[in-house]
Amino acid sequence: MADSATTLRDVPIGETVKVVKLTGEGALKRRIMDMGLTKGTDVTVRKVAPLGDPIEVTVRGFELSLRKDEAQSVLVA
Amino acid sequence: MSINIALAGNPNCGKTTLFNDLTGTNQYTGNWPGVTVEKKGGKYRRDKDVEITDLPGVYSLSPYTPEEVVTRDFLLSGSPDVVVNIVDATNLERNLYLTTQIVSLGLPVVVALNMMDLVRKNGDVIDTAKLGRELGCPVVEISALKGQGTQDLVTVAVDAAQAKMAPASKMRFTDDVESAINKVIDIISGKVPHTEIRWFAIKCLEGEDLTLQKMQLTATDLSQIAAIRSELETAEDDDAESIITNERYDAITDVCDGCVKKSTKGLTTTQKVDRIVTNRILGIPIFIVIMAFVYFISVSTVGTIATDWANDGVFGDGWLYTGTEQYDEAVATYEDALAAAEESGASEAQIAAIEETEPDPAEFGLWHPGIPTVVEEWLVAVDCAPWMQSLILDGILAGVGAVLGFIPQLIILFLLLSILEGCGYMARVAFIMDRIFRRFGLSGKSFIPMLIASGCGVPAVMATKTIENEKDRRMTVMTTTMIPCGAKLPIIALVFGALAGNYYEGTWWVAPLFYFLGLAAIIISCIMLKKLKAFAGDAAPFIMELPQYHMPTAKNVLLATWERVKAYIVKAGTIIFLSSIVIWFLLNFGVYEGQFGLLDTEMDDYIQYSLMAGLGNLLAWIFVPLGFGNWEGTVTTITGLVAKENVVATVGILTSLGEVGEDDPGIWLSFAQMMGGTSVAIMAFCAFNLLCAPCFAAMGAIRNQMRSAKWTWAAIGYMCGFAWCVALMIYQLGGLITGEVAFNVWTVVAIIVLALMLFQLFRPMPKHNKEANERAQGILDAEAVR
Repeated sequence: MADSATTLRDVPIGETVKVVKLTGEGALKRRIMDMGLTKGTDVTVRKVAPLGDPIEVTVRGFELSLRKDEAQSVLVA
Repeated sequence: MSINIALAGNPNCGKTTLFNDLTGTNQYTGNWPGVTVEKKGGKYRRDKDVEITDLPGVYSLSPYTPEEVVTRDFLLSGSPDVVVNIVDATNLERNLYLTTQIVSLGLPVVVALNMMDLVRKNGDVIDTAKLGRELGCPVVEISALKGQGTQDLVTVAVDAAQAKMAPASKMRFTDDVESAINKVIDIISGKVPHTEIRWFAIKCLEGEDLTLQKMQLTATDLSQIAAIRSELETAEDDDAESIITNERYDAITDVCDGCVKKSTKGLTTTQKVDRIVTNRILGIPIFIVIMAFVYFISVSTVGTIATDWANDGVFGDGWLYTGTEQYDEAVATYEDALAAAEESGASEAQIAAIEETEPDPAEFGLWHPGIPTVVEEWLVAVDCAPWMQSLILDGILAGVGAVLGFIPQLIILFLLLSILEGCGYMARVAFIMDRIFRRFGLSGKSFIPMLIASGCGVPAVMATKTIENEKDRRMTVMTTTMIPCGAKLPIIALVFGALAGNYYEGTWWVAPLFYFLGLAAIIISCIMLKKLKAFAGDAAPFIMELPQYHMPTAKNVLLATWERVKAYIVKAGTIIFLSSIVIWFLLNFGVYEGQFGLLDTEMDDYIQYSLMAGLGNLLAWIFVPLGFGNWEGTVTTITGLVAKENVVATVGILTSLGEVGEDDPGIWLSFAQMMGGTSVAIMAFCAFNLLCAPCFAAMGAIRNQMRSAKWTWAAIGYMCGFAWCVALMIYQLGGLITGEVAFNVWTVVAIIVLALMLFQLFRPMPKHNKEANERAQGILDAEAVR
């Protein structure tokens, strides 16, 4: 898949986006989906940790933290 | 008839609070066979026939973490009569995701809608009756924190269990997914229990290996299911697992739209707090302040006072609460008088007369005698044999006391940690520190044990309990005691003195050097261990909920603290008890003047006749390449295993200096002589003693945390092996550079060790994961063919 699409990693702080697709596979993908980051869900990027990684997002009304590498597998629009 | 209720729910949904409320103190903990996931059970307070099992908190019943596997295996095992699914009502959507999986298991389910008081406070409305109709099972509103509705909940659950009422969920997926599920149901019907058929059908459709292997379907069935799956996957342009997950969440969104009225509002309290607490600029200073506070309270102030009280007071001579200054003065006067008398060559009778005047602390204020003092008096009173007295006092009480003496400090530390966990800050610690610790393959939560370890290894190892990931926890346990703890400081001071002599200025770097050695050892160990198969694999995903802040309840904090302290007492206590007896025996028995028996410990150099000296001679070869291969160095190291404090004391006994401190110039000189006089041997000795297996108390704690003999020995073995290698390199290579050691066979070994370490450090991550996957795939393929 071409990486030209926007991923959750690139979303600036404070913006809300919709999940389009999850790349990646296996446990990581399942874990991301289990936590509610499924197709069509709204995600708001809250902040970046003081040391620059991981990031904090709000999804389905709760706070979720994930590493930038992991956020990269979430395609958003 | 007894009824077994299983409590299932997301982490942080109030499951433990409910469990504590329902069972009170009728709890027991164990671990699930084969995994280190905790298993908690208990009896209902009001009816002892109701058994309650607290399952680990999970977000899903997927098979990817030990907690998830344990939970679903238990639910499918047939032992629970009813599942109580605790749902955090303030976070309904994600919590219901687990519910949609639980209701398809075919077991009676009751949904406990927790934190409803908070929902109302937020101004939200949840139509509980409608939610119950959609889910097809009873829904009970509770507040676990306030104990509201919990009695009703149990009544409803018991009724559901007796009626064997499987949920009839109205939640359905989209038509094409439903038709795919129905096709799979047709294939597998009759091959699995009827009530669980939907669960199995979905798992087959998802193509989940774990379930497929258990079902033992025929090759035709498997290929038919695979055809249905690929048809669905093509139609939806996604993999089956993701399609199902999406469907579940979509169904939940529909249900929630119908049942929940949310008041529109701005930021939640948690979001407001987090704006400051994990702020990009303020986050780190706040973190440092909180950690400094935890360290200050549990390690340096209250913790030390508590440990001193326990070690010197309860398990020492006794403790004086008031009038300590006057007492100290009196002791000083007495000691001066005694010393003066001895110096002037006074007769024994005169000295005895002065000894009579030794001040009694009981006369100076509120005083309680220590347990050993009381026991000693009692033993003397009953005319106990001297060897028995020695065994009880110097062996058992001294050894077990050294371990139990840590309990007050542990209580304080665990109280603080339980509060940090309970209020939700612990997750933020991981959030803030993750970036640093991930580099060495650890998690952000490893920070707390490492910090505590600079005070004492025992609470540090116990603090690893807050790390959920098993690999991270094991690795932290294995490495955290490499940080020099309080008891290792005298060793450093001794070595410093022996190296420096009277020349302080030039050798100030010795103490910081050993701290850096500790840190470097941890980092190097983690990088090397991470590449071993047992620890391999991608860094555990850090997709973690940052739970809402709330006030921890006193009951939960106290129960969590008690549970951890109890585990330490029981497991650490038994090991220490045995080892203390063994060490005592080795030290106090020996062959003196051709006769085997109890040695007279009043004798200046009794230790050289002891079995311990024999053992030292026997094991000394291990340390020859490290430069201290004599029995004295070996014995010192062995007694250091009991407690690192013993190292200096043993050196004192061995050099016949008696009770001297590590800052006494006399001991420096004799210690340097004991080590053969070379500075590299002294450095190697110090490095080995700092990095090798920690004291018995810490080893007991390691055993407790690892919950496996294999892993405990692996940890201790690794630490000793690593320490030996480091000491070898210091002595051989360092000695070669300074010219103190000539080139020999061991120099070559040291170079090889160094090369191997560098190789392990810098080689790329081996692909254990891929191999394992391929192997698993191979098994599946073979089965499919069959």
